[in-house]
Amino acid sequence: MNGPLHKDDAGAKLGMWLFLFTELLLFSGLFLLYGAYLNRYPHEFGAAGREMHLGFGTLNTVILITSSLLAAMAVTAIQRDERRKAIGLLGGTILCSAVFLFNKYLEWRAEIGNGIFPGSPRLVVGPPGESVFYSLYYLTVGLHGLHVLIGGTFLTLVAVRVQRGTIHAGNYVLLENSALYWHLVDLIWIFIFPLYYLIL
Amino acid sequence: MTGGNTEQHIVSYGKLTTVWLGLLALTALTVWVARHNVGIGHVWGSLAIAVTKGGLVIAFFMHMKYEGRLLRWLLFFALAVLAIFIGLTFFDVLYR
Amino acid sequence: MTLPDLTTTTASSFWNDTGRTGITAWIFSTDHKRIGLLYFYTVFFFFLIAVVLGVLLRIELMAPGRTIMGPQTYNAVFTVHGVLMIFLFIIPGFPGAFGNLIMPLQIGARDVAFPRLNLFSWWLLIFGAGIIITSLFTGGGPPDTGWTFYVPFSERTGTNVSLAVFGVFTVGFSSILTGLNFVTTIHRLRAEGMTWGRLPLFVWSIYATAWVQILATPILGITLALIIAERFLGTGLFDPARGGDPIMYQHLFWIYSHPAVYIMILPGMGIISEIIPVFSRKPIFGYKMIAFSSLAIAGAGSLVWGHHMYTSGMSDTAILVFSFLTFVVAIPSAVKVFNWVSTLYRGSISLDAPMLFSLSFIILFSIGGLSGLILGAAATDIHVHDTMFVVGHFHYVIFGGAVFAFFGAMHYWLPKFYGRRYAEKPAIVAWALMFVGFNITYFTMMVLGMKGMPRRYYDYLPEFAPLNLVSTIGSWILVSGLALLLVNLFRGLFKGESIGRNPWGAATLEWTVPTPPPTENFEEEPVVTHGPYDFKGAGIP
Repeated sequence: MNGPLHKDDAGAKLGMWLFLFTELLLFSGLFLLYGAYLNRYPHEFGAAGREMHLGFGTLNTVILITSSLLAAMAVTAIQRDERRKAIGLLGGTILCSAVFLFNKYLEWRAEIGNGIFPGSPRLVVGPPGESVFYSLYYLTVGLHGLHVLIGGTFLTLVAVRVQRGTIHAGNYVLLENSALYWHLVDLIWIFIFPLYYLIL
Repeated sequence: MTGGNTEQHIVSYGKLTTVWLGLLALTALTVWVARHNVGIGHVWGSLAIAVTKGGLVIAFFMHMKYEGRLLRWLLFFALAVLAIFIGLTFFDVLYR
Repeated sequence: MTLPDLTTTTASSFWNDTGRTGITAWIFSTDHKRIGLLYFYTVFFFFLIAVVLGVLLRIELMAPGRTIMGPQTYNAVFTVHGVLMIFLFIIPGFPGAFGNLIMPLQIGARDVAFPRLNLFSWWLLIFGAGIIITSLFTGGGPPDTGWTFYVPFSERTGTNVSLAVFGVFTVGFSSILTGLNFVTTIHRLRAEGMTWGRLPLFVWSIYATAWVQILATPILGITLALIIAERFLGTGLFDPARGGDPIMYQHLFWIYSHPAVYIMILPGMGIISEIIPVFSRKPIFGYKMIAFSSLAIAGAGSLVWGHHMYTSGMSDTAILVFSFLTFVVAIPSAVKVFNWVSTLYRGSISLDAPMLFSLSFIILFSIGGLSGLILGAAATDIHVHDTMFVVGHFHYVIFGGAVFAFFGAMHYWLPKFYGRRYAEKPAIVAWALMFVGFNITYFTMMVLGMKGMPRRYYDYLPEFAPLNLVSTIGSWILVSGLALLLVNLFRGLFKGESIGRNPWGAATLEWTVPTPPPTENFEEEPVVTHGPYDFKGAGIP
């Protein structure tokens, strides 16, 4: 019979950080490719960068930074046993994630409408560097978007538990760890933004 | 070794908001820099600003400033490995 | 202080102590010992299938021209042989089986840091394996790209690459979670007095391995995802016609796959460090250097991946850098060999089966390692790259090294969990057959490679025929030894002589608990007062 699992919050946090490292390394493969191809196609990358929707990109950056603020505040709230505030802040974070994804949808719809998507006829016949830029863009931002979805889901599950009272000031490592995951999602975007939108 | 939340570090709402304002300011800066500089040289500048923003998120939002040495060293180690992977690849990419 | 010789029946051990019945008591268990055995049997199942494939490959290569299979089948067989051996046997097997079974006991813990995550890791292995197996029998058939899935062929072949690669991705995720679990466990759950300086060297090796699992495997993840993206989305990132660079694939692939070989060998080296002191009745020589060398191998081994790419079109600068770094990584491995041999010196050596596997590990791994230097030096590599020399090299280090260590561990540790042991004489005969058969099989490959026989080719020039025949005959001797080993070991585990608490007289903590261990491992958390090879301190004559 398995006995009660011991409680080791510091261990749980260590485990979460280790997991964040793996996520970082996962994206690093795409950033490595970006670096190598930027070196090879500086002008095409610059040209493609100029065509990106800077407005969408900046707005999404602000949204994610704000969502990170709200998630960090949610941790403070639960530590201070301010349950309702925590739920509100988590809700704010989740709302930000939804807006982010909606913006992404609008952006991609516009780009796909312009014939810019992996393997599109326009990119196949165009300059090779441009095709590479957009392939990397879609893969990186797509993978990032998947993580926004995952993070949003984690935060929702956590919010439910705060509501139920299973997460509280004496036991909030799950909230803390979900917030850490969320911050990673923000961190990755902090690097995506200049590399794809500010290469002008 | 079991432990509850014996070492709590609570970051105040005020401090978090200040960091947020800093992040927004850096975002504005990086957009401004990009629009006023042509050429690839500013990639490094943009990356430097991104690293600063990242540092703020890690230090304050993720509480790294208040964590113990172990976690900090592990983060440094993971980043070093990442840098090495990219760096060694560039021995190929740059010198073809 | 001597502990009583607690020989218990399985009645009060981890075998019986559970609230569930039947198979669910195992496949939903969060006990690291049960999970360890689940891993063991899972990976061993795939090992045996892969062995059969290997035997079939050797039969095909026995004579020039077609022997038993056509070229497409041959390509599929060597691909699946590699994929099973690497992704479904060795990489999950060492940490998953022996890491799980032994490491928590050796640090004095009740279980790992995240037991449910541990179970989830095993389930991911099962799902991934299921996906890989499915890929063999659906769509365009089993992949024929080699386990390395190089572009452009992996992007264009009609075989079931995407599904197979997705299965590997899932298995990789399992590996990541295990690594994360083990690092946290070793940091957080060591018993009182179990300082880093008293950790058994097997634990040090598992720790180093876990770091490689955490940091390198995600790169494999993204690489595999890119293959799928290239096939389905036409991203063209590795297609020169679309601006891509196929060499970038090789970089990404080997950034993981070279460190992966250290996932394969480090636990094996840790096992050798456990067995040699016990069967020499002498503390290990140079404990700190061996512990440090495990970390150094993991670290330096992450810097050398380009040595797989000398002939790919990489820059000369990169060739130089990677060749130099490859020589550096040989140093900590050599340090271990020197320390093991120094441990043997003036020891009281008993040549039991675990010891025979360990001694032959040293010999075979050294041969493999030296052949690795020939491959690591860029100039000589040009001659032997993609020849049978490479195949000989990696079988010496992985099979003669890691897998022989695995067999040693099976004989050394499995009796503790079953309460019974194998018969000694058949084990020794089996070992001898394997040692002789192994060298005949794989040394001839190195000779063939030097003479110019390419690897992964379906056919070869007539001048290579005699040695190929010799190699195949060697494989039959090897496999007969393997069969004897397995029959003897498993008959012993289920029906053999009972053993007591510490049949080998070892000083590490797993031998202080009853045989087989109870579910909670230790009745009270142990307080450690001596080192892992301090037989006197442990009160063992």
